[in-house]
Amino acid sequence: MLGDGYLEQLKREGRIVVVGASLAGLRAAETLRSEGFAGSLTIIGDEPHEPYDRPPLSKQVLLGRAGADRTALPRLRSVDATWRLGVPATGLDRAARRVRLADGDEVPYDRLLIATGVRARPWPRAAEAELDGVFVLRTRDDSAALARRLDAGPQRVLVIGAGFTGSEIASACRERGLPVTVAERGAAPLVGALGGVVGAVAAELQRQHGVDLRCGVMVTALEGDTSGRVRVAHLSDGSTVEADVVIVSLGAIRNTEWLSGSGLGAGPRGIACDAGCRAFDIRGIVTDDIYAAGDVARSPHALFSYQFLSLEHWGNAVSQARIAAHNMLSESTDRLPHMEVPAFWSAQFGVNIKSVGVPSLGTEILISQGSLQDQRFVGVYGYQGRVIGAVAFDQAKWLPFYQELIETTASFPPPFDTVDRRPDGQRPIDADFPDPSVPTHGPTVTLSGYSPADRRMTFTPAH
Amino acid sequence: MTPSLLHQVLDYANRADPYPIYEELRKTPIHHEADGPYVISTYYEIRSLLHDPRISSDARNLSSTTHDPLAEGAQGEGALPPSFLRLDPPEHDRLRRMTNRPFGPPHSPRRVDGMRQELHGIVSGLIDDIGDPGRIDLVDQFSYPFPVTVICRLLGVPREDEARFHTWADTIAAGLDPDPDADPAERGKVSQEARMQLGMYLAGLVEERRKNPGEDMLSELATATGEDGAMTTMELLSTAALLLIAGHETTVNLVTNGMLTLLRNPDVLERLRADPRLAVPIVEELLRFEPPVQLVPQRTTLTDIEVRGVTIPKGASLWLVLASGNRDPQRFEDPDRFDPDRRDIQHLGLGSGIHSCFGAPLARLEAQFALSELARRLENPRLLEDPPPYRQNAVLRGPRHLSIACDGIRP
Repeated sequence: MLGDGYLEQLKREGRIVVVGASLAGLRAAETLRSEGFAGSLTIIGDEPHEPYDRPPLSKQVLLGRAGADRTALPRLRSVDATWRLGVPATGLDRAARRVRLADGDEVPYDRLLIATGVRARPWPRAAEAELDGVFVLRTRDDSAALARRLDAGPQRVLVIGAGFTGSEIASACRERGLPVTVAERGAAPLVGALGGVVGAVAAELQRQHGVDLRCGVMVTALEGDTSGRVRVAHLSDGSTVEADVVIVSLGAIRNTEWLSGSGLGAGPRGIACDAGCRAFDIRGIVTDDIYAAGDVARSPHALFSYQFLSLEHWGNAVSQARIAAHNMLSESTDRLPHMEVPAFWSAQFGVNIKSVGVPSLGTEILISQGSLQDQRFVGVYGYQGRVIGAVAFDQAKWLPFYQELIETTASFPPPFDTVDRRPDGQRPIDADFPDPSVPTHGPTVTLSGYSPADRRMTFTPAH
Repeated sequence: MTPSLLHQVLDYANRADPYPIYEELRKTPIHHEADGPYVISTYYEIRSLLHDPRISSDARNLSSTTHDPLAEGAQGEGALPPSFLRLDPPEHDRLRRMTNRPFGPPHSPRRVDGMRQELHGIVSGLIDDIGDPGRIDLVDQFSYPFPVTVICRLLGVPREDEARFHTWADTIAAGLDPDPDADPAERGKVSQEARMQLGMYLAGLVEERRKNPGEDMLSELATATGEDGAMTTMELLSTAALLLIAGHETTVNLVTNGMLTLLRNPDVLERLRADPRLAVPIVEELLRFEPPVQLVPQRTTLTDIEVRGVTIPKGASLWLVLASGNRDPQRFEDPDRFDPDRRDIQHLGLGSGIHSCFGAPLARLEAQFALSELARRLENPRLLEDPPPYRQNAVLRGPRHLSIACDGIRP
């Protein structure tokens, strides 16, 4: 079937299956149609809902400003797909090119896109996780259930894990006036993603807003009352926290189990794929017909010396989905690499936090604008003499400049003067990332592969 | 001898259609004439410089050999300090943040939207009063009085005082027009004098609002006690002067340029008449196609920087020609075509970065209301003079008059 005219035939009458009905899946489907795919398109999703947006779930929804059911993603165009919602995919037969579904059905494909994303890491002890009042926050239903419980006015909320999601939840609770305790295994909130220097600012913010923040402790057990409602949490320092709502915010697990036995290079770190989103098999050979995009994909990034990056970022899901969809329908010479510079944002305690690049790869940080004390600043991360990431607290409008530094592998520390450079920003300091072998809530970026020590590359963005 | 490109940009003869000169400029994205500013004319370069923290808006960072005729911050007793438009962080951030409190989100999310009905009323009233439909000067009868009335209501400045501050505003706006042939010291003095007069006038209002605060922005700014504390009186006067002038000197051009463009593109005008929602993309495309602020001549380098292989020395004066970047074919397909159906209009018409237009949400709403109502109510409108006579100003570019006629005014 391969050969002349195959792509034309694929576009005309091929079968494309997208597993994963969230942001990446939807945007990929739209791209397929806008690039002229006229064949049959099936979108499989384990949740019963049409694709929805997640960022509001830990912000506006918890504040009661938007209903969880009002977060459907805008459709950029009609996708004319067969939707199989509420039915998880359970297996993949690569030889027969079929996706198995939980209801026993099988869906054949000529091209497959895997965008199954991640799910919340549950509380490890099942019996405790079952207690009434214990939540995770990943899905629309999670968010709606939690918002309802917060409406009821709990006595105290305990958030376990102070990564971005945990911190945003704590922020929303404080904005509602609820007493909140946050327990974090690391030395400060956000340390996994941004390091201890910035983490200290995040800790200060939480305390200023009345959060009872406890760092360097683990929650060892959750205890319920006789009616099965959570009542108290035991901490590793021997203390206890009485809370009637507990939110477990310990990062995410990649949804790859359904691929076991398929021969695809999929595991707990995601699905390995090339820069064009084509999945690898377990022998490290790239497939021609299977693509991965979004949180579940991990692919080499030219700007970070081809380290495999897996990113739980909104923008990454969108751009990877578009690249994957485009490449599915393209000759090898027309395929595009996924080269977008990682970026994410968070809103918590009245501060807009935004980052570009991969801060967690950095070892040093320079406060190039503003000051940590003011909680308004830009921090630049350096790794082996080059700029690798930047973070802004209420200074997001400067970030395109720093993104350009990252894209052009500019040297670190930046040698020039800037507006608002303060005395404490004259010299870089240790960014203070925790030892990666010690588990925390984890950064939302995972790296594996070569070190980006090579500065010979020049990257010229096409704009 | 051919006049230099810089002179051609400023030459009044090219005011009605500066775009061929901009096209010429873009052949050298970083254009520099001896002793002159560095003129940046291409989209990506302008955009990146607007986000570059090595670029300052504060005239005090210009090297002593570079003179800035536009410097607001003239020295001397009683002079108004620079507004946040001419300041860098952290002062800029603090003043802009404090000004934003009574104006926009998160503290006042409904201020602009809450003016919808008022805007509609003002627009209707002005159109009702047009009189002879055969001889309309759109500028005098509509595009000038509309934003002036709006900014007066928003700030709490009595509309009756318009005659007083009009002259000062005119002088200050004229001072924004770089003229390499004029004596900079003399120009600076005249402009500074007008700012001071305006400041003294506003000081009277501020004092009154402190005693008797109302709902307007001036009252809120004068009595504010946020996390940033209160503005000093001088800061408050500078800010109020900035809002008053920027609040109408730009919108008048946006609306006039808009109507001119629509009359030159009758098919789009007809579509707008049928569907007022089209005003939203029309205004965005206008901000690209005929931006009211053509260039930003108020930036300087804090250090030597390299742009496209050219080293711009520390302390140099930069002119960012937004209107040229907006027509850069590297960025926009068929850039000289007015096309409200264009997707992805990321124009430079309102700037970008920390100094991006403070009043943008209001300006957009004003222009949308103005154009959709003019389209709906003027029956068979047409231009009586094309091109119309333009204002002298190369920075704040727009017609001085726009003579149009129509068959009647629809109710």
